[in-house]
Amino acid sequence: MNTRNVLMVTCSFLTMLTMTGVYAEDGYDAPDDWPSPMEEHLLGSVLIDRLEYAVPDKGEKALVWDFQAWYGGDINRLYLKSEGENVQGDGEDAEFESLDLLYSRLINDFWELQGGIGYQGGIASDDHPERYFGVIALQGLAPYRIETDIALRVSDEGDVSASFEAEHDLRLTQRLFLQPRTELVVAGSEVEEFGVGEGLNSIRAGLRLRYEITRKFAPYIGGYWEKRYSGTADLAQVQGDPTEDTGVVAGVRLMF
Amino acid sequence: MATSPPPSLSLTRRQILKGGAALGLGSAASGLTPAWANPWGQSNLYPQGVVDGPEIALDIRRRNLPINGREARPICINGTSPGPLLRLKEGQDAVLRVTNLLDEPTSIHWHGLILPTEMDGVPGISFAGIGPGETFTYRFPVCQHGTYWYHSHSGLQEQLGHAGPLIIDAAEREPFRYDREHVLLLTDWSFEDPASIFRNLKTGEGYYNYQERTIADFLADVRENGFKETAQMRAMWAQMRMSSRDIADVTGSTYTYLLNGHAPGENWTALFKPGERIRLRVINGSAMSYFDVRIPGLKMTVVAADGQPVQPVPVDEFRIGVAETYDVLVAPEADTAYTLFAEAMDRSGYARGTLAPRLGMVASIPERRRIADRGMEAMGAHGGMDHANMGGMNHSSMSDMDHSGMSRMDHSTMADMGEASSSGAEAGAMLPAGAAQPGSQYDHAGIGFDPGERRVLLYSDLKSFLPWPDRREPERELELHLTGNMERYMWSFDGKKFSEVSGPIHFRKDERLRLILINDTMMEHPIHLHGMWMELENGAGELIPRKHTINVKPGERISALITADAEGSWAFHCHLLYHMDAGMFRVVKVS
Repeated sequence: MNTRNVLMVTCSFLTMLTMTGVYAEDGYDAPDDWPSPMEEHLLGSVLIDRLEYAVPDKGEKALVWDFQAWYGGDINRLYLKSEGENVQGDGEDAEFESLDLLYSRLINDFWELQGGIGYQGGIASDDHPERYFGVIALQGLAPYRIETDIALRVSDEGDVSASFEAEHDLRLTQRLFLQPRTELVVAGSEVEEFGVGEGLNSIRAGLRLRYEITRKFAPYIGGYWEKRYSGTADLAQVQGDPTEDTGVVAGVRLMF
Repeated sequence: MATSPPPSLSLTRRQILKGGAALGLGSAASGLTPAWANPWGQSNLYPQGVVDGPEIALDIRRRNLPINGREARPICINGTSPGPLLRLKEGQDAVLRVTNLLDEPTSIHWHGLILPTEMDGVPGISFAGIGPGETFTYRFPVCQHGTYWYHSHSGLQEQLGHAGPLIIDAAEREPFRYDREHVLLLTDWSFEDPASIFRNLKTGEGYYNYQERTIADFLADVRENGFKETAQMRAMWAQMRMSSRDIADVTGSTYTYLLNGHAPGENWTALFKPGERIRLRVINGSAMSYFDVRIPGLKMTVVAADGQPVQPVPVDEFRIGVAETYDVLVAPEADTAYTLFAEAMDRSGYARGTLAPRLGMVASIPERRRIADRGMEAMGAHGGMDHANMGGMNHSSMSDMDHSGMSRMDHSTMADMGEASSSGAEAGAMLPAGAAQPGSQYDHAGIGFDPGERRVLLYSDLKSFLPWPDRREPERELELHLTGNMERYMWSFDGKKFSEVSGPIHFRKDERLRLILINDTMMEHPIHLHGMWMELENGAGELIPRKHTINVKPGERISALITADAEGSWAFHCHLLYHMDAGMFRVVKVS
């Protein structure tokens, strides 16, 4: 799939989104100049799930983000999601590991099917190689209240990869939460430029302790473990990066 | 004639109370508090200024008015929020001129009144609404009496205090006597903007709930019931991705619960003389909050529900759903103070006042109860459990749950399975008029009560004082499911939000109809039909009570008889403001 195809798919999704914004007719004989008795409004939300400073055992310190924003109605929404980091002291700009613009549709009570275009790179910076993706994702709340995000990506070079993220909030008190979190990446083929090997790329697991001063402002501390596997580990070694690392984080979760 | 609000007085509330008491008049207090909220209440002995019909002028505007001593800007009616007490008389032709001084459209709906559709005050159904600067004149014959209220039907204005009591005096003597009356209007005020409350509900599930289960609750249950049963129970809830503590969407974490516009600490006081019989007209004018009302030390006798006289029921406590009204009589003999206590259903707060022989008295405030956990009935309602699972559950594992839920279980499973309900519900046979549907829970007070503790009003207690005139059997049944998606805060009838349905629900003119409501959600919904009474088929036969708003509990199947005699289009909706706004709204067309 090339970039043009990806864009076309995205455009048609966006057209669907605007079309479904037109509401069903009220169907009773009120004069045309009367308002609808119940107006439905589109809403938007920004959740910065993680904005943290990570201090790894072996690797470089980094500022890490993970956010998602959406706008739309109950069923159809437009999502902007991103994860990335700015490694401190390497003289390079931040890297967007992912920046996805997705059309999202609620397919049952708890799950959204999402599709659109993705980007990896440094945006305005030349410090990082760039590539585009077609993205299909399934995001939602699995049984036992596990927040889940599964994404399948096809790059503009035809490389296929998939990621799986899950997190769960364990309520210790009304404001204190313990959040285990895991992330797993696999790839169908090696992409040396991006440090991607074939097969299982990496597993990350983290545990964060969050205090909700308000629902919208919650500082946290935590730790994580990550490991790279097979070809990905080899590529990391060539770069001089560790294949297995642990670290501590301090950050804040924000909602707007 | 309308009382014009005096210019804002910079008096403290205490000064006003003193002044009001010295004068024996309420009008002095109307700067900060509605005139009808005068401590002496309404009686022949202690008249006070109220807005008497039949001709009434009202103006609607935003105004700075402290609430609980904090700066607030509610929507005021004739300068106060809640608005003035409107007093009409049965048989009058009411003329209510409403002037909109807001910068957005508004409306007033006369809740519970039987009137022509174009006077019902629902923008988009009855009329176009009242534009900024416009005056709309409501004219209608007053053909009923009792305790009602009025409120905006535009957007979320009701949450900003756009509501007030509406009392209609009977043309003929009512079937009970009293020496004095007080209006108790319960509301829920938030200093947050209603639109952001709605947005928070939409974007963050459980946003306002600070009484969720924690690890500590889990461990306590393990100690009490053992690990296996506790884990089983919690796993079921977790599997459904639901919270058993989901009792109220918006809670005391943002709400200040008000009694006649006053926060608990302000101790609004209603006066009486020992030996008097007092009629309390209790109105739940809140946006989202059910209240459990009691006066420790006093028995209350319920004499009217939703303005309609019922056979007297002595109770210790009653639950009042949003938009319901109850009239109770109390007869304090002692020269002592009593606390008027209205605890929010989720126990996150309360409204409070005092019933006392003199100002400045207080009685002890009851301790708040703990929030209850929802039980099987709510799970069953959601349909997230298979029946084999349910049967396999050990009853003792439910001991940590709401007690009423336990005994209620049989009923809801019966309705679910259908097989146990052999009493004519199957084979298309209709039940006789007045009979309770299988799956109804009229003999359960609802979640959060300990049935052994005190006598709580039940829907099955409500018996009309006299039979209602239309004694026909229903010609047909209309079934509607109350549905929702808590995660997305979508609320609907039959799975469709108002924006998704095409066309109204149709009632044939003058037909006798049975409306069956089945609550498939795990929350209570106060369902309100405009323009026509719903005769609640609570098993009282020909004495079934009639209501304008019916509380439907989780998993419950209830029915009401309707005489479709009111031609035109009418609103039909859940009276939880944000449920309605999220789509739990329909138009009923009678033709």
